[in-house]
Amino acid sequence: MTAQRLFYRSLKPILISGTIGTTLFLQGCGISDAPVLFPKGPIALAQRDLLFTAFGLMMIVAIPAIFLTFYFVWRYRRSNQGVSYTPDWEGSWKIETVVWLVPAAIIVVLGTLVWDSTHNLDPYKELAADKPAFRVQAVALDWKWLFIYPELGFASVNELAFPQDRPLSIEITSDTVMNSLMIPALGGQIYAMAGMRTEMNLLASEPGVFNGRNTMFSGDGFSDQHFKAHAMSEADFTTWKKKVSESSGVLDAKYYLDLHAQSTANPVTYYSSYEPGLFDLILRKYAPVMGPYESEAAELICRGAA
Amino acid sequence: MTDTTVSGNVLEHEEKKSLNSREFGFWVYLMTDAIIFALLFATYVVLSKNSAAGPTSKDVFELSHTAGETALLLLSSLTFGIATIAMTAGQTLRVVQWLLVTLLLGLGFLAMELIEFHGMIAQGAGPQVSGFLSAFFTLIGTHGLHVAFGVIGICVMIGQVLVKGLSLPVRSRLFRLGLFWHFLDIVWIGIFSVVYLPGVM
Amino acid sequence: MLGRLTVEAIPLYSWVAMGGALVTLGGGLAVFLLITYLRAWKVLWTDWMTSVDHKKIGIMYVVLALVMLVRGFVDALMMRAQQAIALNSEGYLPPEHFEQIFSSHGTIMIFFVAMPFLTGLINIIVPQQIGARDVAFPFLNSVSLWLTAAGAGLVLVSLVIGKFSTAGWTGYPPYSGIEYNPGVGVDYWIWALAVSGIGSTLSGINFIVTIVKNRCPGMTYMRMPLFTWTTLCISVLIAFAFPALTVVAVQLALDRTLGFHFFTNGDGGNMMMFANLLWIWGHPEVYILVLPAFGIFSEVVATFSRKRLFGYKSLVYATACIAILSFTVWLHHFFTMGSSANVNAVFGIATMIIAVPTGVKIFDWLFTMYRGRIEFHPAMVYTIGFMVTFVIGGVTGVLLALPPADYLMHNSTFLVAHFHNMLIPGALFGYFAGLNYWFPKAFGFKLNAKWGIRSFWFWLIGFYLAFMPLYVLGFMGMSRRMEHYADPNWQPYLIVAAIGALCVLCGIACIGIQLYVSAKNWGSARDVTGDPWNGRTLEWATSSPPAAYNFAIVPEVRDVDAFHDMKIQGTAYQSPLQYEDIVMPKSSGIGPILGALAFVLGFAMVWYIWWLAALCLVLCLVCAGVRACDDNSDFVIPASEVARLENARLAQITPADMHDMRDFMPRGAASGSVLQGRV
Repeated sequence: MTAQRLFYRSLKPILISGTIGTTLFLQGCGISDAPVLFPKGPIALAQRDLLFTAFGLMMIVAIPAIFLTFYFVWRYRRSNQGVSYTPDWEGSWKIETVVWLVPAAIIVVLGTLVWDSTHNLDPYKELAADKPAFRVQAVALDWKWLFIYPELGFASVNELAFPQDRPLSIEITSDTVMNSLMIPALGGQIYAMAGMRTEMNLLASEPGVFNGRNTMFSGDGFSDQHFKAHAMSEADFTTWKKKVSESSGVLDAKYYLDLHAQSTANPVTYYSSYEPGLFDLILRKYAPVMGPYESEAAELICRGAA
Repeated sequence: MTDTTVSGNVLEHEEKKSLNSREFGFWVYLMTDAIIFALLFATYVVLSKNSAAGPTSKDVFELSHTAGETALLLLSSLTFGIATIAMTAGQTLRVVQWLLVTLLLGLGFLAMELIEFHGMIAQGAGPQVSGFLSAFFTLIGTHGLHVAFGVIGICVMIGQVLVKGLSLPVRSRLFRLGLFWHFLDIVWIGIFSVVYLPGVM
Repeated sequence: MLGRLTVEAIPLYSWVAMGGALVTLGGGLAVFLLITYLRAWKVLWTDWMTSVDHKKIGIMYVVLALVMLVRGFVDALMMRAQQAIALNSEGYLPPEHFEQIFSSHGTIMIFFVAMPFLTGLINIIVPQQIGARDVAFPFLNSVSLWLTAAGAGLVLVSLVIGKFSTAGWTGYPPYSGIEYNPGVGVDYWIWALAVSGIGSTLSGINFIVTIVKNRCPGMTYMRMPLFTWTTLCISVLIAFAFPALTVVAVQLALDRTLGFHFFTNGDGGNMMMFANLLWIWGHPEVYILVLPAFGIFSEVVATFSRKRLFGYKSLVYATACIAILSFTVWLHHFFTMGSSANVNAVFGIATMIIAVPTGVKIFDWLFTMYRGRIEFHPAMVYTIGFMVTFVIGGVTGVLLALPPADYLMHNSTFLVAHFHNMLIPGALFGYFAGLNYWFPKAFGFKLNAKWGIRSFWFWLIGFYLAFMPLYVLGFMGMSRRMEHYADPNWQPYLIVAAIGALCVLCGIACIGIQLYVSAKNWGSARDVTGDPWNGRTLEWATSSPPAAYNFAIVPEVRDVDAFHDMKIQGTAYQSPLQYEDIVMPKSSGIGPILGALAFVLGFAMVWYIWWLAALCLVLCLVCAGVRACDDNSDFVIPASEVARLENARLAQITPADMHDMRDFMPRGAASGSVLQGRV
């Protein structure tokens, strides 16, 4: 059979290109920076561990499946006429029982794991810690992130900072299309949707600077819609607070309208104060029932410049 | 000569088989249509409270008008049923008569629905106003569109019965059109009890 | 008069876009000239376009799929090239163009490659596998084909007139809404989906009825070949799921065109409903693409292991389980939307449960190879490649089904790698296996095995090179759909991925060469018996290519491997005592006309040319009405003609052409020791 010979002959170039491919692959540096594999906070760590556990459990089925495929293909190749051949064998209860029940058992274990971990790692769940959570409000805009610090009375764009020793609790909404806020080194992501409020609770185990971004495609400026999340020691955070509160920017309703306009790759900007209740006003902009506006600012934000 | 009669028999046999398949296929089609309506119902239920700044269901629904529509459509289902009975009895003219009655009732229903839509749009409750009204107009409009297609179907069938008589394919088509018509009736009952009744309660 | 269609719709703004338009136009023109040069217009119209023969319709579906595969793959290549060079730079594609490319890539691959490919194979084979002369509704079948082609046409036209959607193949609002996406792109996407989606729904209905009503005597449900079983399951899935696509597409169209508020940000719209409705269709759709390929693997693995399929019943139940479960998992596409932990956990567990029947299938195929005599035909090689690769995709799939892990991986390139890892081996390799396996059935000669094997290796290696780096990039935090990036650590991986794409390009070229070489040497690879691989199921009982009526005498079946059984019993290739008249459906031009009208209707809706849309709609209704009044859609092939055709065929077959069945003779004669089975 020519196909037979061809198959073997083609193995050699396969091996060669496979080796080259692997080498190339391993040369690609930067695995040690991979935020998902080397997380910087307990939430992300728990998520990663879950990943590894599930991966390990599935290897119980996956490795035999892959190994048996290679082994059977090799052993029962047509040219190997010496081995037994049972052309009419149509099934075996023993084998069927094993192949149904073993994966089912693994799924039962995984299912329990899913139930527990989904509840334990629910992004809405408040994290237990000695200190109260540090609250931040995040607003997705085209194409930047606005962070409002209600405890501190100021706001920033494309930079998030928080004290490292306190849990971080982010309230999220969008004043544009659907976005998704993610800081992979700290764990998870959750959608930002206009008129709706979602929430994410994170914790950093050490001070550091982490990448954060919108992962949900949102338009032309999407690629540049990322920011740095700084988990700071107490001293650094105090300096940072001072820097922001002394900045000249003021995010009142009128200025917010300018910020709301589409812009790409915004530089980090600080605002020493913001329109009171800004986050709720942005939510209210899309609320199902609109009433008379209590203030000029509310009307500006909810109805736009027109 | 024998050849043609043989092939005539084969043709007839094949036709019966094919009509049988068509009837089964039509049930399957109705199921896909039922899913379309089910999803439109689901959409409506999700959006029914989202009246934004626009009017709510209490402001726009008028139960007496809906009752009229319901009566017309239920009656038309009955008259189509009578036409089907006449078909089984082989009474060509009675089939046409009852189909005509059904046609008129169907047109009456469509007219009432258009009046309702027109009235709503005139008082500022068009489908562009809110999620609730979008879902309302889409659900009721899709049903109305189906009724309109059914009306066209009845016209075509009246023509076929008159021209071809109650031949086997015509009977089968009439039967399938009947299924379609009764199906729309059932959907309307759903609309009445999911959209209009809770809307005014 | 022409709505919003102006001369600005021609893509003069960028050389890449203009190039795409010119290639499309040039390709169309070349095909037009070639047909004219060959004077083939009449033949094309009478023998092919108006044909309602399921085999010809199937071939046209597959041709459409292969053409669109090339188009969709060019998109992939362009994306890989862009990402390989766009470190801290704009690359060669501006964001707006890059967005169109990833949107059209996904749309084309799902709707206009995978769907027509599988529908084509089903069309060619399933009626033959169940011993039928045609599908239940041959005319409807033609309508389905031309609606699918109309959808594909709309995507192609968007390259020349206007732009395609920038909202991705899933088109999530509010981004795809009129407020954020005022151009025609999303409208092209909507109408291409709506038109081809209706075609698919009709196909689903057609094959449910065909399989339920047209099986030959003796073909009980538990004797149907696996490919027929998977077809039945996906036809039911299509009939249940595609209406959801129609609904969601029309609702988005109403939002965009008439200012409705289904999915808008304000005014009572609800964008989360779009995600739910889309994936209520979208998740079953994944299984609609994958299950037929599973059917093909089941046929191929038994034939080329020279063995009965292991665990037939198990495979049937597993298929049915997968089909039912596929409706219970859609929420896993948006665990990150903020549902409660209970909801996420339930959908996560439901998703994992699907892994059980899928795993069972893999093991059943494995034990079909066990104690077999495996022949490395290209179809079999694709099957083996699938089994190994698909397991990896399955593992990553279960990882994504864990909601907390999904929070880390959602919207990342890990996800992109995962679904390509399911769909390339799980669906496309299956279709290629089917192409190599059934090609002689459709055309009467075998495909060149050498180029088939080569295409396989290029595809397999290309796949690993292109997608394994994307798994790693997902861990490194790279999101999908990025036009450029700032992390230099990502670039080496993206370069490897681009090399992988080039490798796949070679694989596609090999398929092209394979088709060319095989067609050139068709005389030396003819399939005289209609059974080139010593096949087991009923489609091998017909001649290659089959006569219009497939079976002169409707066969009687006694076994799952019906034709294998006939060969053992010696009842194959026997001429009956007497032939009978056969009724066949007449060709009809209404199918292609409806397709053309649907295309123009879609185009008119995209560009707001209301009068044209209304005109097309009325003409569609007229066509339907004309057809509904037609009592004369069949014709008779007289028994004498059938006898002439059949005798000519049987006269060609010599005993030397027939397969040696001694290995399969019950007991004793088998060359190895016989293991006790449940015979």
